[in-house]
Amino acid sequence: MPKNGSVDRRNFLKSAAVTGAAIVGSAAASEAQNAPPAPAAAAPGTAPIAPRETDPSLEADTVTTDRPGGDFMVDVLKSLNLEYVAANPGSSFRGIHESIINYGGNSAPEFITCCHEESSVAIAHAYSKVEGKPMAVLVHGTVGLQHASMAMYNAYCDRVPIIVMAGNTLDATMRRPGVEWNHSVQDAAAMVRDFTKWDDLPWSLPHFAESAVRAYKISMTPPMMPVMLVLDGGLQEDPISDEVKGRLRIPKLTLTTPPQGDAGAVAEAARLLVNAQNPVIIADRLARTPAGMAHLIELAEVLQAPVIDQGGRMNFPSHHALNLSNGGRALLGNADVILGLELADFWGTVDSFRDSLIRSSRPITKPGTKLISITAGDLYMKSNYQDFQRYPEVDIAMAADAEATLPALIEAVKRAMTGDKKTAFEARGKRYSEQHGNALDRTRSDAAVAWDASPVSTARLTAELYNVIRNEDWALVSASGNTSNWEKRLWKFDKHYQWLGGSGGAGVGYGAPAAVGGALANKKHGRISVAIQGDGDFMYAPGVWWTAAHHKLPLLAVMHNNRAYHQEVMHVQRMGNRHNRGITRAHIGTTLEDPFINYAQIVKGMGVYSEGPISNPNDLGPALARALAVVKKGEPALVDVVTQPR
Amino acid sequence: MKKHLVLTFIFFAACVMASAAQQAPAQQNASAQQQQNAPQGNAANGRKLFVSFGCYQCHGYEAQGGSAGARLAPRPIPYAQLLKYVRHPTGEMPPFTEKVVKDSELTDIYAFLRAQPPAPDVDKIPLLKQ
Repeated sequence: MPKNGSVDRRNFLKSAAVTGAAIVGSAAASEAQNAPPAPAAAAPGTAPIAPRETDPSLEADTVTTDRPGGDFMVDVLKSLNLEYVAANPGSSFRGIHESIINYGGNSAPEFITCCHEESSVAIAHAYSKVEGKPMAVLVHGTVGLQHASMAMYNAYCDRVPIIVMAGNTLDATMRRPGVEWNHSVQDAAAMVRDFTKWDDLPWSLPHFAESAVRAYKISMTPPMMPVMLVLDGGLQEDPISDEVKGRLRIPKLTLTTPPQGDAGAVAEAARLLVNAQNPVIIADRLARTPAGMAHLIELAEVLQAPVIDQGGRMNFPSHHALNLSNGGRALLGNADVILGLELADFWGTVDSFRDSLIRSSRPITKPGTKLISITAGDLYMKSNYQDFQRYPEVDIAMAADAEATLPALIEAVKRAMTGDKKTAFEARGKRYSEQHGNALDRTRSDAAVAWDASPVSTARLTAELYNVIRNEDWALVSASGNTSNWEKRLWKFDKHYQWLGGSGGAGVGYGAPAAVGGALANKKHGRISVAIQGDGDFMYAPGVWWTAAHHKLPLLAVMHNNRAYHQEVMHVQRMGNRHNRGITRAHIGTTLEDPFINYAQIVKGMGVYSEGPISNPNDLGPALARALAVVKKGEPALVDVVTQPR
Repeated sequence: MKKHLVLTFIFFAACVMASAAQQAPAQQNASAQQQQNAPQGNAANGRKLFVSFGCYQCHGYEAQGGSAGARLAPRPIPYAQLLKYVRHPTGEMPPFTEKVVKDSELTDIYAFLRAQPPAPDVDKIPLLKQ
């Protein structure tokens, strides 16, 4: 109980539990003494009935505190070196909000103002992939978390650490009448528990400290995922009592060493790879850090084996001679050993599936091809949401972090190598190098087709964008919509931060906030963040462009404006044809026409420099150059381009 | 499902595009002859039909192709082959029966594909030499 007599809801509850009467402070005690003598007279086994007037007194003389619980929460967040906290403001976390901006000086964490909780989480999602550590998000109780949930699912599927904190008011008798009841919930985390790795509801400030450190550690242990803490409003706002002050401490954070593959399994995998005639390496969410990319380059070069980068992370340089990402099916059909590194869908990688009236599938690989899987995904799996994909029948399954396992695998491969193998490998590498060069030549020839078309071809769009950034320190932080992968085929990606992977759960609306989150992370590194922005994605929560303008983020976005939810046009078209009714009405419910949306005008209204819509490809280069000049001054810019569908 | 479809599209498109691009000169000459033997159609109407029948959704307005559909022009495959594939596709393309697209309409679409100009020389596009 606070000595000053101010309102401490937690101590109030404790007192109530012990004495059976809610008496806080001298004024309240005085009132209680004037009340009917019910508690003492209560029969054994009967709950004592306290009069309503013993709720914390309105006459409490101390109405301020210099040290609310939220301050200590900020101390904990600072100890975790959380750089930013993204949030749309909400009263259920007003306590910690105020502590962050005043007590914490709005620095580490700095408050990033968002216009939608889905944006807050997606910003943190992309930031985490750039920085390799979690970013924090605050969401309003119930409604804010509901808004955030899709983005949390994306991060869960993408194996990305985020610390989500939701406000809530647990003590029903302390809730403000009306809205605060709508925004309170018994078990706030229940609705996202299927797609978060861990959650907790701290019951005290020491409990918060321990849970926050534990949450950080769990989120950073592969497979990395979002975690959630529910912050009681009273815990944030009430004074820190003397009793609690003595128990406040922040536990030491020691991150878990990522799990490595079993030594025997690693040796057997190395043996298979070294003895293979046509081994193929496939990487998806492999490179958590730049080291993952370096390891993969070393393994590929030791084996002189081709690499297919599925793009879940920036795994392998796009112009490396062993990068045969576009040779997919033929390469797999000829492989005798396939090494899959953190594949989200191993089955779908080695099998084809036909979406026709009778759905069918068949292996792409030849009989006897050995499949080796290394993935932390095997270490943690949930049942309800089906992101785990179809069961892959592999020959070696290492439940381990692939990045952490690669050094041991490389050493095992080197040990298994013999002189004659080395000669054979060099010849193999030369063959693949020629294939890589031929593929690049074909890509350039293909890109030239429809070069001057209007709407602008996606090849032209990406080539023009690359032309203005290629001499900068750039990073493609987001590519929503589908540009036929031209950027990966034409641009020279050779740094880990130049590509972050996709949304994970394919939940549309990730692209724009991810671009902002990537730009937020890249800002202090002096990098130019670029994004290829799909129009359908843009419209989910366009307020995020205001966030980019407000926080002065250097982000160059170019619209891939094909005026449709194009994937869905094709799905409806497929149904129309399958049902023999044609596709002339497939635009209904799938296109963004009548009226066309003026994206440049929308972002201009939020303080973002913009140009467009551009339909003439010859206008694109100069517009991008002007936009880049704005970005180099430290502000966002968007160029709207009307494009071919894909 | 979406990601799987996209991956399948990519595999399919890459396969078809690669095979088209890797045609030997002799085969290209044969294809050119077969193109000449195709029934004559109305290219202007074919362009309209290419849009109204939604061919452009996967193959692009200029039939240039992309991740969702193979490049169809310039130098389309022989008409008989195209007709057979449109009616009974073996890949991810949905089937277009005669009830949906008439043979005469496909003839016009084929005329449009044949009329598509060749791509500019890559060496004359500085942006593609980087």
